[in-house]
Amino acid sequence: MAALYEGFTLCGLVQTQNASDSPIQGIELDGDSDHAVVTDSTRSVTLYKVSDQKPLGSWTVKQGQLLTCPAVFNFQTKEYVVVSDNKVIRVWKDEDLNLDKAFKATVTADVWRVHSAPGGEPVVLFQRGAVRFLDSLLSAPQQPVEDVLSEEEVIRWSTNIVAEEQHFVLFTTEQKGECCLYVQRLNPNTLQKYRLEREDSGASPLSFSASLQDKHLNLLYLYPNGCVYQSVVAARGYVGLEGVQALPRSLRLMVPVGEGELGAASAVALDEAHVAVVGVPHPSARTGKDFLCIWNTNFQTLQAGKEMAGRIHGQVWCYLGKLFVSHGKALSVIPYECQKSSLASALGKLRHTGLAVSKSSVAVPSWNTLLHGDQPQGPTKIVETRKSKLSRKSQSAQALTVEQVLELIKTGPVDEVQREVEALVSRGDAQDLQLSVGQLACHLVARSQAETAFYTPVALAQLVQTQFLCHSVCPGLLLLSLEHKDYFLCQLCLQLFPDIPEVVTCACLKTFISVPDGDVEMVSLEPDSVSFMEGLVGARGGQQNGFSPPLFEEDSCDTNHQPKPPQDKKNHTLQLEACPVGLHKAVLLNEVLQTPYSDNFLLPHLKDLDTQQVILFLQYLQFVYLKYSQDVYTQTPGLRSPTMTQIIDWVCLLLDAHFTVLVMAPDAKGLLSNLQSFVKSQVKLFSELGKIESSLQELHKMKLSKDISQYSIEVIELF
Amino acid sequence: MGEFKVHRVRFFDYMPTAIRAMAFNAHTERLALARMDGSVEIFNFTDHYFQEKVIPGKDSRSIESLCWVGGRLFSAGLNGEIAEYDLENLRPKYSLEAYGGPIWTIISNTQGTQLAIGCEDGTVKLFEVLEEHIQFERNLDRQKGRIISLSWHPSGTHIAAGMMDMIRVFDVPTGHAVQRLLVDRGFGGSKSRETVVWSVAFLSDHTVVSGDSAGKVQVWDGHTGTLVKTHLVTKWDVLALSVSKDESSVVAGTSEGTVIQFQFIAPTLHQQQDKEWVRTRTFKNHTHDVRALAEIETAIVSGGMDTHLVVRPLLEKFDEKSHASGLRKIHFPHVIANNINLSCAKKAGLLLFQFPGQLELWRLGDSDEHGKPGDRLPLKRKPEKLLLLKRKGEDHICCSALSSCGGWLAYSTVSSVRIYRLQTDNNNISITKVSKLPKALHSAHQLCFSSDSSKMFAASSQSSVLVIALTQSECKYVHTLKPKSGSRQPIHLMTTSGDGKWLAAANSDCEIHVYNLQKLKLHCIVPVYGSCPSAMGIHPTTNNMTVVHADQQVNTMPSPHIKQYTDWSRKLQKQGLHNVWLDRDTPVTHVTFNSKNPNQVVLHDMHMFCIIDQSLPLPDQKTQFYNQMTLRSLSEQERPSHLHAFKICKTFQDLLCVSLLDDQSLVVVERPLLAITSQLPAPVRQKKFAT
Repeated sequence: MAALYEGFTLCGLVQTQNASDSPIQGIELDGDSDHAVVTDSTRSVTLYKVSDQKPLGSWTVKQGQLLTCPAVFNFQTKEYVVVSDNKVIRVWKDEDLNLDKAFKATVTADVWRVHSAPGGEPVVLFQRGAVRFLDSLLSAPQQPVEDVLSEEEVIRWSTNIVAEEQHFVLFTTEQKGECCLYVQRLNPNTLQKYRLEREDSGASPLSFSASLQDKHLNLLYLYPNGCVYQSVVAARGYVGLEGVQALPRSLRLMVPVGEGELGAASAVALDEAHVAVVGVPHPSARTGKDFLCIWNTNFQTLQAGKEMAGRIHGQVWCYLGKLFVSHGKALSVIPYECQKSSLASALGKLRHTGLAVSKSSVAVPSWNTLLHGDQPQGPTKIVETRKSKLSRKSQSAQALTVEQVLELIKTGPVDEVQREVEALVSRGDAQDLQLSVGQLACHLVARSQAETAFYTPVALAQLVQTQFLCHSVCPGLLLLSLEHKDYFLCQLCLQLFPDIPEVVTCACLKTFISVPDGDVEMVSLEPDSVSFMEGLVGARGGQQNGFSPPLFEEDSCDTNHQPKPPQDKKNHTLQLEACPVGLHKAVLLNEVLQTPYSDNFLLPHLKDLDTQQVILFLQYLQFVYLKYSQDVYTQTPGLRSPTMTQIIDWVCLLLDAHFTVLVMAPDAKGLLSNLQSFVKSQVKLFSELGKIESSLQELHKMKLSKDISQYSIEVIELF
Repeated sequence: MGEFKVHRVRFFDYMPTAIRAMAFNAHTERLALARMDGSVEIFNFTDHYFQEKVIPGKDSRSIESLCWVGGRLFSAGLNGEIAEYDLENLRPKYSLEAYGGPIWTIISNTQGTQLAIGCEDGTVKLFEVLEEHIQFERNLDRQKGRIISLSWHPSGTHIAAGMMDMIRVFDVPTGHAVQRLLVDRGFGGSKSRETVVWSVAFLSDHTVVSGDSAGKVQVWDGHTGTLVKTHLVTKWDVLALSVSKDESSVVAGTSEGTVIQFQFIAPTLHQQQDKEWVRTRTFKNHTHDVRALAEIETAIVSGGMDTHLVVRPLLEKFDEKSHASGLRKIHFPHVIANNINLSCAKKAGLLLFQFPGQLELWRLGDSDEHGKPGDRLPLKRKPEKLLLLKRKGEDHICCSALSSCGGWLAYSTVSSVRIYRLQTDNNNISITKVSKLPKALHSAHQLCFSSDSSKMFAASSQSSVLVIALTQSECKYVHTLKPKSGSRQPIHLMTTSGDGKWLAAANSDCEIHVYNLQKLKLHCIVPVYGSCPSAMGIHPTTNNMTVVHADQQVNTMPSPHIKQYTDWSRKLQKQGLHNVWLDRDTPVTHVTFNSKNPNQVVLHDMHMFCIIDQSLPLPDQKTQFYNQMTLRSLSEQERPSHLHAFKICKTFQDLLCVSLLDDQSLVVVERPLLAITSQLPAPVRQKKFAT
């Protein structure tokens, strides 16, 4: 989902004489995340503090001079850079008051833009397509500048992108209706030219936006007919290829344009799945093309829309969760939010929702990469893998390839295998790992199963932690870890595998329950879940200042329970205090509780547990339930912990599976009567909820009752 | 287009009855379907599942099973009778007492020479199928306990019979039982209850498949009488089985409303030889018992207690997504739409509702107020039930009519026609039966009055129409209009023109005959179109005729040269209808007109109504078809450029009737499916946890 929040006006705009021109040349970031450098179309540069909507400083060139490029902030020297009259580069600092006294340098060719981004040196892009670093240019301003573009080719748009160690300048040009994308890589300098596919109507794109995603440059561009296309260029260049290449594109979105074509509109990518478009009509609102909309490109759905008063200039900038839109006589700042939509969040009960956001987004591949990501990258990918193979070849002196490691696993000694697997996992990139991790794990497990002496806990744990494994990929892994009493690995598997069959879950449960406490306490487990359990056990009741919360029996209206001997009750209270199992054992049991299951399949396997195990487990569940319901222990968000519903479901399942046996067992008597009180309190809760439900429903009905009348005369309008 | 006052009527509490039995005729692609009230419906699967014919029910008739022999349809029921139906006159041809107590099932052999029935007294009786009749041949060995289900081996030599707790296999030539297959009882409490073998299927490799009340589908070897495989599919009953034509798949219907498919496949890829019956798919399209099933070439057809017929296409049989590959639910018998008659000549609109057992006459309410679109107007007068007329005799009402002046009312059963004179003054209504009817008028498939109420038309056998003149004192036979084509099919639609000159009648052979009522002779035959007409009407002022077919095609013919199409219609045919229109899955059931504007035609199906304005441009495939919302958002000036001829309103759902009154207000009759569902008995209980 995505949302647009209430916006505010950053500044007013002065209308230029020429109405089609925008009064703003550009908005750039400052060193401070709350600052914005706004360059207007004539003479002045203003620095704003965005949250206060207040100007911090303003610089103007003399009458008769004209700023020809938006001012940028040089993040390395903390200076501002602007170009006036195409050829004069001016550099000044925050404390400088007068722009005329600032440093000036005149260069030999017309400058198109100066670009700057955090982590990179500013670069100057000339109108004829040449690129220079600002520093080197300023050190020799009169250096000759070559022409890259042909006679009639003009730059339409440009940007620069700085990745970890790479620096790109992207610009698009237009010549006789043909659009080209140039990708200039700096250090080493290479220039690659791509030809954009022509739109049927012959129109050229209205706006461009570029971003770096997954080591690919994504170019997003909007046509007047409402089509938003995406093209992908690999960030790692393939130097060998010369000449102009056709740039494949994929249609990401069809924005409904109403009638006619879009005039001043612009699209900017917010993340992998969301695009903000300004200057388009809202599909369900009345006519008019003055809306800012956020679309989800994966599902082609409109996520949020906002009407912008006044004429839209077709300009939108997106910085740090805020959209800057110039419209009418104002520049508005509109905060937005985009949430990731993934299959995992749709899967319902399976995972703790709090966790789903942080972990599942990694475990479950995003829709984007699954559905769209791979298609346009077709040709680039092949080249890329070829290259990575090459690079791997060069490395192979020290490290082994996947195939070699697989061979090694079959025969090699434990230590060496462990070392090589580790090396491989820490080295490989995500794409390659996805495939090889499963193979590695299967081979390791197969060897371990064949030779009891061979077991590599660290390597296996590392493989599981890559999150590319699941139970169906390597079915023997979890059982193997149980066999070797490697509880840490068990825990990891239970946490990270989404598809553990119920029979295996039950086997884990059985092992965990029957293992002596002493054995487990020594094992190191995942610290988060341990600290959760410590918190739960450590929260010693709500007896602050001697206060003890009333138990369920006491507020029960059932008369049978009232003449209970008081001694009994005391016993009962004591029983609640102690956790029936050791700390680490409890941690492991919690993992079982949180494993996804479906009750039809689980039930038959639960019957394998013997009575003592069932009683112990029920006692533990009761303990957790009481801890939870006493409301003393408030759940720490982010910690992995079983939910109340999961506990109740498990209690029900256990009782279903073993009820007849439990009824007969004398030592289960107290437990059962306690559980009965649970049930009673739950029933009471639900009956209360039921009452509320019915009254709410009644409210609902009152509203609806008009609708289901037997007869009415209504007025409709057809057009 | 403008604003309309809409009378939204929901007080027609029609309740379809449960589906009891089904038989599919693969040769003619007709599905026969029997309901609990004894009525039989025939669907044409080659023509968009159009419901061609309905044989009205009868109080004493109950149908347990249906069976096709060639083009002949037989039924048997718990009243102990076998009946054959006359599909041309839509009535039972004859019925025969079998003298074996209630009959549970009827089947025929593949050759179509013999019928077998299973009786309550434990006998399987064989009947010989003769040209015009059937004749008792012999009994097979009598068993203890009733015969619930039967299945004939394709070779004709053996019959499998499902009974209580067992299945018997009979050798037909000798009549002896050769195998006894014992069926286990259910577990737990149901151990003491007998297992009813609700359904058996005898396959050509002598495999017997059975479905029983313990929730099992079992596969037996018919040669040795041994159990091969048991599939426990439900805690409740397995009620129906159906085998595909190539015997590679069996479907079972259960009380939980599921349909479960079993396929004869090899469990692993390597051993293609060792095939076995494997449970493959489960379909849940019903909320209640699935009582009747048929697996046809490309789909599974199921029906049951929840009254709707579901056609579930098997997607692997389709190469691409198309109209035919969509799930189809048929909620109402289409003819039910014909059971609503509207008389709108006078200001007080009258509505006649037809139920199987009675007729209800209602007067619409009224309001003086005016409102803006979306408003609900306060009522000045509430709608009023003027009359409740119960039928006489056992036969259910098959058609009825109300004259447009509101002065005459008529209904027909398969055995008689009754005409009544209605007089309404203020709030008093009086009804008198017309006592003396002409001899020729003994039953009718359709009834209709001329617009001036001076004549009544009754559709009779062999597509003929009787013309009856009505006067205050008597009614007199005038003439019989006969088609030249010699079609024997029944008429299912009839309509007259406003000036009383023309009468159009459509029959199940897709023919539409137009008669000149002044000369009392056939005027012409409308060009035959390949799909059955589902609704038609003649414009009251221009006499243009509009016909809508089951495949959603709309044709208009000018008057009086009805032999050709109008220019508009030709344009429409040339350009083709919009795909959205063609993809709708319910037929158009009424055509009415705006008497003030000759260009406007009002049509409706179950999910929408549509006003076609012939003066506007036709939509092409790229045009947004449902464009009312868009038009609403446009300004007054922009609208005209976006208009197209089909103005569709989906505000009202589950529509049975839409009509335009003289004062330009619309009457819509809705029968919400939710209301039908709420009247069904509770479905079987599903247990979860220790509840």
